[in-house]
Amino acid sequence: MRESLIFGRLTLNAIPLHEPIVMSAVVGMVVAALAVVGALTYLKRWKWLWDEWLTSVDHKRIGIMYIILALVMLLRGFSDAILMRGQQAMASAGAAGYLPPDHFDQIFTAHGVIMIFFMAMPFVIGLMNIVMPLQIGARDVAFPYLNSLSFWFTVGGAMLVNISLAIGEFAHTGWLAYPPLSELAFSPGVGVDYYIWALQISGIGTLLTGVNFITTIFKMRAPGMKLMHMPIFTWTTLGANMLIVAAFPILTVTLGMLGLDRYLGMHFFTHDGGGNPMMYVNLIWAWGHPEVYILVLPCFGIFSEVTATFSSKPLFGYTSMVYATMCITVLSFLVWLHHFFTMGSGANVNAFFGIMTMIISIPTGVKIFNWLFTMYRGRVRLEVPVLWTIGFIITFAIGGMTGVLLAVPPADFVLHNSLFLVAHFHNTIIGGVVFGVMAGFYYWFPKATGFKLDPTLGKVSFWCWFTGFYVAFMPIYALGLMGMTRRLSHVDNPVWHAYLIVAAIGAVLIGIGIAATVLQIILSIIKRDKLKDVIGDPWHGRTLEWATSSPPPFYNFANLPVVKGIDAFWTMKQEGHAPKLEPRYDRIHMPRNTGTGVILGILSIGLGFAMTWHIWWMAVGAFLVMLAATIWHSFDAHRDYFVPPETVAATEALHFNAKATEVAQ
Amino acid sequence: MTAVTQDFTPAHDEHPEASKTPLGFWIYLMSDCVLFASIFAAFVVLRENLNGGPAGRDLFDLSFVAIETGLLLVSSLTYGLAMIAAGQGNLRTVFVWLALTFLCGLGFLGMEVHEFGKLVAEGAGPDRSGFLSGFFTLVGTHGLHVTSGLVWMAVMFAQLALRGLTAESRTRLLCLSLFWHFLDIVWIGVFSIVYLLGAA
Amino acid sequence: MNDNHNANASGASHATVKSYLTGFVLSVILTAIPFALVMTHAASAAILIPAVIAVGIVQIGVHLVYFLHMNRSSSQLWNNAAFAFAVIVVGILVIGSLWIMYHLNMNMMPGMMPVD
Repeated sequence: MRESLIFGRLTLNAIPLHEPIVMSAVVGMVVAALAVVGALTYLKRWKWLWDEWLTSVDHKRIGIMYIILALVMLLRGFSDAILMRGQQAMASAGAAGYLPPDHFDQIFTAHGVIMIFFMAMPFVIGLMNIVMPLQIGARDVAFPYLNSLSFWFTVGGAMLVNISLAIGEFAHTGWLAYPPLSELAFSPGVGVDYYIWALQISGIGTLLTGVNFITTIFKMRAPGMKLMHMPIFTWTTLGANMLIVAAFPILTVTLGMLGLDRYLGMHFFTHDGGGNPMMYVNLIWAWGHPEVYILVLPCFGIFSEVTATFSSKPLFGYTSMVYATMCITVLSFLVWLHHFFTMGSGANVNAFFGIMTMIISIPTGVKIFNWLFTMYRGRVRLEVPVLWTIGFIITFAIGGMTGVLLAVPPADFVLHNSLFLVAHFHNTIIGGVVFGVMAGFYYWFPKATGFKLDPTLGKVSFWCWFTGFYVAFMPIYALGLMGMTRRLSHVDNPVWHAYLIVAAIGAVLIGIGIAATVLQIILSIIKRDKLKDVIGDPWHGRTLEWATSSPPPFYNFANLPVVKGIDAFWTMKQEGHAPKLEPRYDRIHMPRNTGTGVILGILSIGLGFAMTWHIWWMAVGAFLVMLAATIWHSFDAHRDYFVPPETVAATEALHFNAKATEVAQ
Repeated sequence: MTAVTQDFTPAHDEHPEASKTPLGFWIYLMSDCVLFASIFAAFVVLRENLNGGPAGRDLFDLSFVAIETGLLLVSSLTYGLAMIAAGQGNLRTVFVWLALTFLCGLGFLGMEVHEFGKLVAEGAGPDRSGFLSGFFTLVGTHGLHVTSGLVWMAVMFAQLALRGLTAESRTRLLCLSLFWHFLDIVWIGVFSIVYLLGAA
Repeated sequence: MNDNHNANASGASHATVKSYLTGFVLSVILTAIPFALVMTHAASAAILIPAVIAVGIVQIGVHLVYFLHMNRSSSQLWNNAAFAFAVIVVGILVIGSLWIMYHLNMNMMPGMMPVD
């Protein structure tokens, strides 16, 4: 490919003007972005946005921004899903469908990448950001600036994936970009480069989050809070972040080597020159399997909190829950080969990893029973988060069982790369992760914003997702058993047509569920005065996040809570020691906002874009500016300040007076 | 300890950064361990994939590597002595030891660049074979770490000169020491697995 | 109090010139041994390989103790826990990968294929 000095490989031909579907999506995205920019300008909110949000180092605001990113990316990822379901439904009856094969390839790749890296990860990390410091009674995370940086690198990666839609192309390779297909010889375009840089940049952000949260949990727990006093969500956050720190470097290395192959002509994974593509598969799954647990462990934590709170009982088997979580954390590193049983290792290797896979289902089973026994003879309030939890227990049990089935190597040889596998991992990720984050979203929404979500639309959303999931994926299980493989843009078997039609209807049902969630958020913002959470404890919570106002003041706790056991806030309420207005307060030490994170994030987009298109001057420039900004930031000696006692007293008075009025009514 | 009998303690005006930052940095180093482990694994898997090109025993000059190793080892000692000087609050001595550390690091890096240049000139560049891809990437990643350590050390010089041994600069000095000693540990793996076993 | 924390988190609290020098001398010896073994071709590969690896592991231990000041004090609990976890993951990753790739290579040999 010809390269110019100024624009690298980039030419005007890179914009896919000839593809109507892509162009209408691009126009839609541009119009939406312009509408947001216009609204901000018209309402003169730019300064507010910069000062209060973009430069914020407040873990609660960063968490909210993570979740906004996740919801936007959910819409993008779901559009990809509905396009695929529609295409397969149409193209299984002799028609060509509307997606040419090379576009279909990009869509299934983008769907996987976006849903895992830019929907599920930001959603989970967003909830951890909002909740974990509150649950351990801390005022912020250990490294507030790094937290902001993590978020903006994640945004940088997400932006690169979306830019690829308008300029150039995305990878055609599937979400893990196996070589040799992803090597330069077979993917000469920029798609794989976009993929590499998007994941490398967001991966650094995720790694920093891991370092940050582990340090926070180890060093910043409230006085008296021992490890075995921590809420289960905090425990699972710890497990997930240990996995992040230990697994993400493997992804960085693997993608780095693929990049070296593509950029410098090395031979790590090429099929000639002494490369070994199977090493890529081995390494990427050594990251990929822990990644599954990075997503699902915090969701297990959410279900634990929801179950205990809405059953008005302490969690059954707290200790076993903790040990199960830590067992999963270690065991998740011992099963990665089950993703490539068919690659050709001997029977001993396959048997070992098959057995390890079955073993890891045991601690997960322990957890399921703990939730069931917590509900048993509890006074379960069937609020929306509980619906998601019950939906999860049913769905995840099925997904777990098909997983154990796939863990048997001979069975896997039949089902590998079939739609049975596709149905299995959607079963665990929708049933486990999506249901989990939706439960957590509804449960902690009042804590983050100060008002509850509308319950009716919440129930509509749940039932659409729940039924939609079964309608969409049960036929896919069946198709897999019938022999249909994954990632087909077109099939010629008329028997499969009906199943694919039903699956498409299921996807539409899920779409209605997503629409209901969007509507629910809009409607709840409009009705926020009616849905207001004045008390700060709307669900009769048990853990410390409910011990402060909703939304919490930026310093979280005027006085740090003292903890004597699990369910600290519940105990306080029972003993009549819940926080009250104090006659005087001390000053509070807090971090100052900084724009370095957002600036580095924007520069990272430039760096990734320049590397993708071989615009070397721009890449070097972006890197040097990023380095300079980092060094500049290290000279900043004014990163923190003290909140004067008067400010604290005034903020606390406002909350407690409103609370007193509410209680009096 | 009246605080234990209350449910909320008054705010403390503490600066816990001094204990948080080294732990956070240590956790980052552990992730760096896994990073290097992945590259080591790839290197060992690709070790025999010569593609008709040269093997380690044809390329490596062990006495050259021994000098590189010596430079890193001395730099670990001098950095340690800088830390002791910092503990005694003796800024001038800190500068002397840090400068020696910096020079050793720079010398190491210069030797590595020289070795890479020589190999590429001999037609044994990273695109020659799977083995050489692994070799350049593993040794080069270590070299990049050393480079960032040197950049950090240069920034450290400026901050120490401008602000002296404040609590913050002590913490950073400590983190950089962890980083520097860690790189020396990685180098033990490199010279054992890559050079010695490659030449054996 | 803060300074103590500062020093204890894998820091220089117990560090003396003597401990650094001890570590340095031990490291020089432990570096010289494998270099000498290989450069003089003192032994066959079957002995050399485990010997070089063993001496390397010992030297890593020396560095951890004398340069990074790892010890069993309670203030270092989290550093040690993180280190233990990292060692487990590194062990699983390296040994597992080599085992898997070795088996793949074995099965790739044409002679291994069943004839029928």
